[in-house]
Amino acid sequence: MHPIIKLVSQRLALGLLLLFGASALIFGLTEALPGDAAQAVLGQSATPEALANLREEMGLNRPALTRYFEWLGGIVQGDLGQSLTNKLDIAESIGKRLGNTLFLACVAAIVSVPLAIFLGLLAVRYRNRWPDKLISAITLTTVSIPEFLIGYVVIYYVSVKLGWFSSLAMINDSMSFGQKLNAIALPAFVLTLVVLAQMMRMTRAAILNLMQSAYIETAELKGLSTFQVIARHAFPNAISPIVNVVMLNLAYLVVGVVVVEVVFVYPGMGQYLVDAVTKRDVPVVLACGVVFAAVYIGLNMVADIVSILANPRLRHPK
Amino acid sequence: MIKNIPLSALIGLIFTGAYFFVAIAAPLIAPYGMAEVVGDVWEPASSKHLLGTDNIGRDLLTRMIYGGRTTIFIAAAATLLSFLTGTSLGLLAAVLGGWADQALSRTVDLIMSIPSLILALVILAIVPVTVPILILVMGLLDATRPYRLSRSVAVDINVMDYVEAAKLRGEGRAWIIFREILPNALSPLVAEFGLRFIFMVLFISTLSFLGLGVQPPLADWGGIVKENKDGIVYGIGAALYPAVAIATLAISVNLVADWVLNRTTSLKGGRG
Repeated sequence: MHPIIKLVSQRLALGLLLLFGASALIFGLTEALPGDAAQAVLGQSATPEALANLREEMGLNRPALTRYFEWLGGIVQGDLGQSLTNKLDIAESIGKRLGNTLFLACVAAIVSVPLAIFLGLLAVRYRNRWPDKLISAITLTTVSIPEFLIGYVVIYYVSVKLGWFSSLAMINDSMSFGQKLNAIALPAFVLTLVVLAQMMRMTRAAILNLMQSAYIETAELKGLSTFQVIARHAFPNAISPIVNVVMLNLAYLVVGVVVVEVVFVYPGMGQYLVDAVTKRDVPVVLACGVVFAAVYIGLNMVADIVSILANPRLRHPK
Repeated sequence: MIKNIPLSALIGLIFTGAYFFVAIAAPLIAPYGMAEVVGDVWEPASSKHLLGTDNIGRDLLTRMIYGGRTTIFIAAAATLLSFLTGTSLGLLAAVLGGWADQALSRTVDLIMSIPSLILALVILAIVPVTVPILILVMGLLDATRPYRLSRSVAVDINVMDYVEAAKLRGEGRAWIIFREILPNALSPLVAEFGLRFIFMVLFISTLSFLGLGVQPPLADWGGIVKENKDGIVYGIGAALYPAVAIATLAISVNLVADWVLNRTTSLKGGRG
């Protein structure tokens, strides 16, 4: 077998294993901790009889392992169970919201990824001069403020003082694509700020690391301009580290989305998860947790696979 | 050594010191009581209320001072917990090696494969949200990072000649960990401590903002944002003061951590 197929399939298997482990961890946590779904529905002051009855009704008396595999089997078939609070089908609620969340995350990614790579290259080109220092000062500030506060600072200055864009990101199916883009402009901008700094810093580090290799010195000595050295010699070798950086930050973006959605009251997965946690709606929390974990693990897996594919030594074995 | 502290680190040290001083001495410094209603809703800044008042008429400066106390205390306690568990398990894994190391490291991989905010939310959906539980949840979830750092540093040190010599001398495992490995692994750990502390400040503020952290009437920086966020659309900036506080604290701790890291790497000829 070609070594690259072997490596990629190993990585895929590892990803599936991690996903399985993550679902077990999330389910196990809700089991091992004091309190359960029945307790959550009835509150702290419930009588033991009422608790026992509800547990019987919800099937919580059966062994945890049986319920775990039933739950897992349901997920595989697209059945995530029912919400405790409004009895709605979770898969249906998640489907719509996941679409909204991915739309927001994608717009943020399309803006931030090229911008971060460009700024990272710029910082390397003008290393230790003012553009580099300015960029690192701004990134240090944005990584020092939590996402939700960046959100409010943006709302305060852009939406309230300047009067551009609405501070609420309402979105529904009847809106045209342009209207939707307009609605999510501010949250997408905030998410871009949140991931841009990290991504740019990591790109800069990855390229600087490359610039110290011997073949770069050779290219410089042969009289190529700095930009040519970066574009022709450094960049192709930097693809794998940069893809890694991008994927790590996209994974981070998926988490940042939770908080930003709450700030802008955007009807996505993050809002849904936080509401469910506040109402102690355990089945919804479990389902959202697994979806977030799956996206996160998936992105990390793609990062690893791309860096395997980008390695010429693995693509053309001797 | 103390004489040539670079300016940036000095600024960082002064600001960090000031924040901790205010946090410790909060009841002495704060002009009013923490939950005392002293004026109208969202009064503008005046000589009586230097930052104005909040959404139910409490003095905002007082809330910020007490909020800093809560936020810094919880973040510091959670960081300490995460370093105590993380580092001791990490060093142990490096010294023991074999199955113990495999089991611990794979568990840590699994925990790190899920974003810690999501895991924290799942846990907080089940358990009651109180300050000790918050510290426990944040500290244990984040112990994975000090674990990885201390383990990787300790694995390198564990094969050094002086550790080998100590083993041949017949020293016990505790001696090897505390007298041989820990002193040499300390400097990267100290720098990491600062960065994790900042992460904890951001983490607890985020949880409080979502309504799943510090519960009212106790003040904390994330909670202040939550309480005053409705004023923003009317152009009242009360919710933005925590941004200034968190950012200056984070930047000053970062400056100190950078200096610690640079100083130790140059002392040891570039070893990180």
